[in-house]
Amino acid sequence: MIKTDTLIIGAGPVGLFCVHQLGIIGLKCEVVDNLDKIGGQCIELYPDKPIYDIPAVPECTGEELTNNLIKQIKTFKTKFHLNERVEEIKKVEKKWHIKTNKGTEFEVSSIIIAAGVGSFEPRKFSTRDADKYEGKQILYSIKDKKIFKEKTVTIFGGGDSALDWAIELSNTSKVILVHRRDEFRGMQASIDKVNQLKEEGKIEVYTKSQLSSVQGKEKIENINIKNDDESIKKVKTDYVLGFFGLIMKLGPITEWDLNLDKKTIPVNTENFETNKEGIFAIGDICTYPGKLKLILSGFHEGALAARGCFKYAKPDEKYRFEFTTSSKTVKGRLGVKE
Amino acid sequence: MPKITYIENGGNSQTIDVTSGLSVMEGAVQNDIPGIDADCGGGMACATCHVYVKEEWLDRLPKKEDGEEDMLDMAYEPNKFSRLSCQVLVSDELDGLVVSIPLKQG
Repeated sequence: MIKTDTLIIGAGPVGLFCVHQLGIIGLKCEVVDNLDKIGGQCIELYPDKPIYDIPAVPECTGEELTNNLIKQIKTFKTKFHLNERVEEIKKVEKKWHIKTNKGTEFEVSSIIIAAGVGSFEPRKFSTRDADKYEGKQILYSIKDKKIFKEKTVTIFGGGDSALDWAIELSNTSKVILVHRRDEFRGMQASIDKVNQLKEEGKIEVYTKSQLSSVQGKEKIENINIKNDDESIKKVKTDYVLGFFGLIMKLGPITEWDLNLDKKTIPVNTENFETNKEGIFAIGDICTYPGKLKLILSGFHEGALAARGCFKYAKPDEKYRFEFTTSSKTVKGRLGVKE
Repeated sequence: MPKITYIENGGNSQTIDVTSGLSVMEGAVQNDIPGIDADCGGGMACATCHVYVKEEWLDRLPKKEDGEEDMLDMAYEPNKFSRLSCQVLVSDELDGLVVSIPLKQG
């Protein structure tokens, strides 16, 4: 069981800046995020797109913003638990006990939910019975590519993940690539390579086609691929891979008895605490009268929520407001040498 | 004010006055039309405001910009009538537009 002051759920820009705000007031925290990297939507959805409304930063990309926020909190050596999703929270006396899907456990005095629109999860096939085979023959990510050796693998999708795996697996497997339109959206070099492998007969490609049904009992035996012209192609395959990008899901947060307003959590605007004592919500996931879903609003919310956490972490101390420019204590926490 | 008709997956249909300049997505969200999630808030980054445009409207809408088709690859059951409603701006020319909402968005 990891003991710290605060657990932040979500490593997006708002969660990252909140690490800073907790750090300068002397609280320790750790961060959990379901993505495999730090940065949230900024890094997953728009790493290259410019942002123009960060105060004092006329223009930066999602990736640059993330990198700068990471740099700003480096001094606190915060531990990030990536690829992990918080599943359960439980109040035990005055503490919160938290468990992730990987079994990591925390004991904290407060939780800050900075989870945006929820955790990123792979989009799945909508075909009937597809969930029955999920994790066995239908996969949305690859952990061990050796299982595909000498097998038939049907890959669905038109982006870089689909193209890269089609190319890679074509060395040792029979690969069929299926995409819903006749244009791929990956890197040009990958598209060219796939076309070359298709010419050489090493990859079968079906465009303007989608998965229409899965047939089998214990195991998948055949799948049907339906073309836009309504014709159906029956394919014998051992594995079916889907690469349709990620979707955001609120997930277990809905089961924690928090008040919810559609997909957001109502909070007070004094310290962004939810209806549960010691649980705060900041950034896109919180709502209150006048809420703006802006990164800059999330920074403000994080600053106040951090102060809100103070009384739970140090009930016998009184929080004292200090400026980073003048306080020796704060500079000490930031590791600034004078 | 242009009227936009939203048909929910169950068949329930609502016709709403939507101010010109708003997107078809905003018209839905502001009027609590269920089934249009718009998780990313209109940034063409998530494909959860996916709608099917009624056939006769397909060619009358402004063309898709770069990126919309890529994003639609990730939508739930896209087809040739698919659009992201955040990318369709309401104007007088679109008065009477009918869109259907998919069974789900993710």
